[in-house]
Amino acid sequence: MTDYDAIVVGAGPSGCMTAKVCAENGLSVLLLEKVAEIGTPKRCAEGLSLNGFEKAGLKPDKKWCAQAINGAVLWSPSGKSVVMERPDTWGYVLERKIFGKHLARDAIKAGADCMVRATVTDLIKEDGKPAGVKADFLGDEVEFSSKLVIGADGTESKVGRMAGIKTTNVLNDYISGFQYEMAGIEGLDESKIHLWFGNGVAPKGYMWVFPKGDGVANVGVGILSTENAKVGARSYLERFIAGHPEFFKNASPIEVNAGGIPVSGYMKDAFVGDNVMLVGDAAQQVNPIHGGGMSTGLYAGRICGRVAAEAIASGDLSKRKLLEYEDEWRRTDGARMDTMLKLRHFLEGLSDKDLEYFADVMKGHELEDIQKGKTRFMVKLLVRKPKLLLYARKYFTG
Amino acid sequence: MVAVNDHGVCIHCGGCVGVCPADAITLEENRIVVDESKCIDCGACVKMCPVGAMRI
Repeated sequence: MTDYDAIVVGAGPSGCMTAKVCAENGLSVLLLEKVAEIGTPKRCAEGLSLNGFEKAGLKPDKKWCAQAINGAVLWSPSGKSVVMERPDTWGYVLERKIFGKHLARDAIKAGADCMVRATVTDLIKEDGKPAGVKADFLGDEVEFSSKLVIGADGTESKVGRMAGIKTTNVLNDYISGFQYEMAGIEGLDESKIHLWFGNGVAPKGYMWVFPKGDGVANVGVGILSTENAKVGARSYLERFIAGHPEFFKNASPIEVNAGGIPVSGYMKDAFVGDNVMLVGDAAQQVNPIHGGGMSTGLYAGRICGRVAAEAIASGDLSKRKLLEYEDEWRRTDGARMDTMLKLRHFLEGLSDKDLEYFADVMKGHELEDIQKGKTRFMVKLLVRKPKLLLYARKYFTG
Repeated sequence: MVAVNDHGVCIHCGGCVGVCPADAITLEENRIVVDESKCIDCGACVKMCPVGAMRI
């Protein structure tokens, strides 16, 4: 007899969703969180699209929705703006810390047990396979056995490493992110998220403002870690804030956040093994174009939880069985991530001059039109800048 | 010559943990700990750190 069918390590959005679905499907499940308070600190710009809500099976709740968003404004290096308003840009900027607790509450309501300030220190193994965890719970050493261990423990995925899955990120598929939550911002349309591009602003990345209403917003930057090695993300953000007094003259930070964001699309090697599954940032399930991990992680958590329950019911927890989760994810969101990864590489190669061209040509278009090869866009590009079209084709054909 | 964390600058985001190829870094409650015996001196954490809190 084991203590639990499944132990989920990490109570971020992916872990909570996985635990909830496991419990809903009749598993006994334990959710372990390292920090003292679920949802805090946030490592996140707090945006979730309506599409993300739908795929997660969640409904927006005013308790944790700070600001409704009905579009995105893309800013070129010279300050030209392109407004995108189509429904897939709609969503909310959340109060992530409250949202995080809400997700944990859902998991507990579904029947999961949960512990906070419980740091997993080691895996218990039987015949070399995970069979539970050892943890430090408020200073006490505790042990729980389980049939399955699910690592939802973020970019640093200790569970993955301890189970022999190579989870290390590499610098050219990793974003260095730095963000202030600021109050006192003026002059920005708070119903839209704002993104700035340019090699002087955020090389191989972008700068963002995600409004939370009343002059409060997450103001952050993410740049590829290889660029961060030259000039740090924080410097770019400070420079950006100082360079835009029209927005930030009277603004001050009320919180600082940072983090590493995997933008490989997903792990190329298996993210499951015998008796073990990884989900969310731990499996690098992050949208490589914008670095958002909530939508992909919540969706993956639903599949992960369902397959975990099926595997427990069948008594087969082999890697082969658990690959059903991985395969389903790769076929659905994973395929989408492949396209996003191509788009990421394409955008990373653009000069500021190219970006200005895009800002001009993009007027009245949506970003994804490019990758779908919409003819009008391509023709416009061909007339104005044939070299760029050839470059674009390299990324978007085949 | 191993990675060192400046506790005054570090905001404990754990980003360095995710790029350490030697599993030498752990994020403990409000502290980054570098295991000197595992550190291979590669500098990935220094390059990644958004606030410049790591050095070799």
